Amino acid sequence: MRAFTYERAASPRQAAQAAASTDHARFIAGGTNLLDLMKIEVETPTHLIDVNGLGLDTIEATEEGGLRIGALVRNTDLAADQRVRRDYAVLTRALVAGASGQLRNKATTGGNLLQRTRCPYFYDTNMPCNKRRPGAGCAALDGGASRQLAIIGASEHCIATHPSDMAVALRVLDARVETVDARGGGRSIPLADFHTLPGDTPHIETVLEKGEFITAVTLPRPPGGKHFYHKVRDRASYAFALVSVAAVVQPDGSGRVALGGVAPKPWRDEQAEAALPRGAGAVMAKLLDGARPTPENRFKVTLAERTLAAVLAEAKE
Amino acid sequence: MRFDQPADPNVADQGKVLGRPRTRIDGPLKTTGTAPYAYERHDVAPGQLVGYPVVSAIAKGRITAMDTRAAKKAPGVVAVVTTLDMERLPKAKMNVVYLFGGREIQHYHQAIAVVVAETFEQARAAAALVRTDYDEDRGASYDLAEQRQAHLDDEVEPASRVGDFERAFADAPVKLDATYSTPGQCHAQMEPHASIAEWKDGTLTLWTANQMVEWSRQALGKAFDLPPEKVRLDSPYIGGGFGVKLFLRADAILAAVAARETGRPVKVALPRPMIANNATHRGLTIQRIRIGTDRDGRITAIGHDNTTNTPPGGGGEEATIPTEHFYAGAHRLLVHRPLEMHLPESNAMRAPGDTAGQMALEIAMDEMAERLDMDPVAFRVLNDTQVDPGKPERRFSERHFVECLRRGADEFGWSHRNRRPGDRRDGVWLIGHGMAGAYRGAPAQASGARVALRPDGSVRVDTDMTDIGTGSYTIIAQTAAEMLGVSVDAVEVGLGDSDSPVSAGSGGQWGAASATAGVYAACVALRERIAERLGADAATLELVDGQVRHGGETRPLAGLAGDRDLVAEDKIEFGDFRDKDYVLATFGAHFVEVGVHAYTGEIRVRRQLAVCDAGRILNPITARSQVIGGMTMGVGAALMEELKVDTRRGFFATHDLASYEVPVHADVPEQTVIFLEGEDPYSTPLKAKGVGELGICGVSAAVANAVYNATGVRVRDYPITLDKFLDQLPLPA
Repeated sequence: MRAFTYERAASPRQAAQAAASTDHARFIAGGTNLLDLMKIEVETPTHLIDVNGLGLDTIEATEEGGLRIGALVRNTDLAADQRVRRDYAVLTRALVAGASGQLRNKATTGGNLLQRTRCPYFYDTNMPCNKRRPGAGCAALDGGASRQLAIIGASEHCIATHPSDMAVALRVLDARVETVDARGGGRSIPLADFHTLPGDTPHIETVLEKGEFITAVTLPRPPGGKHFYHKVRDRASYAFALVSVAAVVQPDGSGRVALGGVAPKPWRDEQAEAALPRGAGAVMAKLLDGARPTPENRFKVTLAERTLAAVLAEAKE
Repeated sequence: MRFDQPADPNVADQGKVLGRPRTRIDGPLKTTGTAPYAYERHDVAPGQLVGYPVVSAIAKGRITAMDTRAAKKAPGVVAVVTTLDMERLPKAKMNVVYLFGGREIQHYHQAIAVVVAETFEQARAAAALVRTDYDEDRGASYDLAEQRQAHLDDEVEPASRVGDFERAFADAPVKLDATYSTPGQCHAQMEPHASIAEWKDGTLTLWTANQMVEWSRQALGKAFDLPPEKVRLDSPYIGGGFGVKLFLRADAILAAVAARETGRPVKVALPRPMIANNATHRGLTIQRIRIGTDRDGRITAIGHDNTTNTPPGGGGEEATIPTEHFYAGAHRLLVHRPLEMHLPESNAMRAPGDTAGQMALEIAMDEMAERLDMDPVAFRVLNDTQVDPGKPERRFSERHFVECLRRGADEFGWSHRNRRPGDRRDGVWLIGHGMAGAYRGAPAQASGARVALRPDGSVRVDTDMTDIGTGSYTIIAQTAAEMLGVSVDAVEVGLGDSDSPVSAGSGGQWGAASATAGVYAACVALRERIAERLGADAATLELVDGQVRHGGETRPLAGLAGDRDLVAEDKIEFGDFRDKDYVLATFGAHFVEVGVHAYTGEIRVRRQLAVCDAGRILNPITARSQVIGGMTMGVGAALMEELKVDTRRGFFATHDLASYEVPVHADVPEQTVIFLEGEDPYSTPLKAKGVGELGICGVSAAVANAVYNATGVRVRDYPITLDKFLDQLPLPA
């Protein structure tokens, strides 16, 4: 870990200003991912802006009938919120499928969206990684271990996945990300547009601009229907998804589906969802159209379809 | 004391303390965080510095240059010692790769420098500033399957040949010829390798975490050209080893070179992401097994041909070991092919040879039973042997494998198992049942101890034996308590100090049986000292409830020693009758129920049951803990654990605990362990054998067989993950 300076932000705007005016600054909230990466020098910020004291830790009803979730709401608190459990159960299910109790107690809503990939080559600083060092190459694509990695949305420069479970649920819920910037302005970004695909710039992972600070995640009115989060992994707990399916299924068989574990961002296609009444195969034919798996992770194509089939079967019960 | 013939009835048979359930005497220290583990021994030497390892970024080649200037200038840094500062340090025979010194890189994450600073954070930050240039050798192959193909026609002297295997196999009316593979596995012990080293008055002291104190004292002396008496090791608490702490490793060497350089004590731990590639692993195997039987299912031919990886000079994972003695059969052929590869060092991991071997053999037995249309339990019962199948004049001292099978089948409800693969459902879960036999040898090693009766009537035992989480402290205290007629609470046990008598150490499943036998020998000697003191005959002496009785007279042990300790020291040495005339081994049977998700292929173990035959069980609580630990590790090996080889760059890519998955609590189901009542007088005076390695043997195959029973898809390549069978699993209608 390299030496860094540290400050506690006094307000969201001041946090944004500090980040905008300092090179190599990072916000720190729960620190459950950032600190690990700093220890192995995958992340080497020279300045940390602690945003834990800013409030932003409440969940409030919006005028539109949805919820505004403060960026500092801990994963545990978000999962346990009665309104979330009742109206947005897919979110609670995704949250409790992730990490461990200790990590969820610390990890925040905003931080969860910004966590980095768990690609083993991203973590091993001896290995070439375009995400860590643009232009260095990608060990995972170049004959490396790729079983966990992306099958779609990736590029010839990077096949890392986004590891979040929470974000997959937020994606089916049509969540938006609210930010503030150094000038005091801000925006509301659909989660669909929040994470970027790697292309030839895999080191850029979101549309956030320098200094832009997440203040909240908003949910629109509850979608109704039955909620599912089926996360498949080799062990029963405490592992990242091989494939996960977040779904909201309505009584008429229509609904929404997003996948985790297959792409650099939560993977959803509203047009593919139109095929839901025709079954998992029809949805996946569209949703995973253009998938380019490696020999090691080709199974994810089958697995995604079968996991959705399990969800749809359960929805009919 | 020499153990030259089977044990007669003796004082240790009383069963007042030994054989009784006793919670760990060191438990409170561990649960309160006060047991002094190596890295936290701040009190043993003042002025400790912290060393942080720098490791190789390539798998094979030479270092051409190292630049330490930036690191040396970093805050808090006291010294940087690199591998270029010295010739290769001599290594002990048991180490395969060199640990430090010189330019040559033998494997990824080989230690190449240690950065020493006032604090851990300073050392770690500065370590990242060391720049190394390499001349990389890119010609090596790291793909075992590819290497195996290239070497298939190599002439190899069989490890064992009995009768005419080829002919018997060709003639067998029912036969199996199948190939299985097991991946590299990581010990994934909780406590990383850690050492504090200090040089003082020409003596090197190492506070460390090591299973074999004397081996490592010798190895450390060899590395630094010191006579053994100038080297002291202290390793009282060890947070798991499973074989990865059997030998001296880089933490010890780096701490010692750093302490020599700085003139101050230095502590070094191996960071978790370095352990998989820097230290040892269970080697990969590809195993071809051939079994031929007559029409009734009697094995006539059994062949086991194993290929495994090792750096030059090592033996790899000797997976043929169980096939030598486990089942009957007149014609046998074992071939072991360690192929020289430049992956990290393959070496001992819990039940080396037997674990990987039975992962394959016990699937093969299941497949063979299926071909014969036999119950796999009955097939194993039919092929039990009471003698060494290769040397029938040697018989098993005690072998109750059939009883393990029958008792296990009974307790598990085997008769209610799913009989046709893929036939049973519970909601979306396919239910499967599987079983396997378990076999592990019961070696013993010379082991010494010193026992003192103290003025207050309490007892102190000292031996360099180690407790790697196994319960050594407790069974040693129980042994002394039984032998000297005191309560366990009156016994203090000191372990892991090389100043104490040399013990068997913890390895090869010999630790518990050997070390307690050594304590027995020392206690017999102490009883003689007590008898001398009283002018009595040791044979008629009764030591009960803290009192000594002889000739109708009773007096307390307290005060007997006057104001000084009454001390006796001895060691047990094992005669060769154990191996020459008998085969000593431990046996078990594992029964498993799994659920496999009919859509996704997710596998969850639902229940496990083990029956073990391991002589006298010294403490049913600690023994059970050993076995359930083995059963859990076996589930990991079956379903998830894999050191994934990056075959292009020659290293294990899954080198942290996020990517190398071991079972979590949610993976561990109801576990039942049954110990058969029994004694093995051929083993030790206490008639005990080990269980710590038996516990893992056969487990993974029982899980694999249950998965097959659930799905109807046979996977012969561990770990059994869903990607290996999903496309063959029919979707529910």
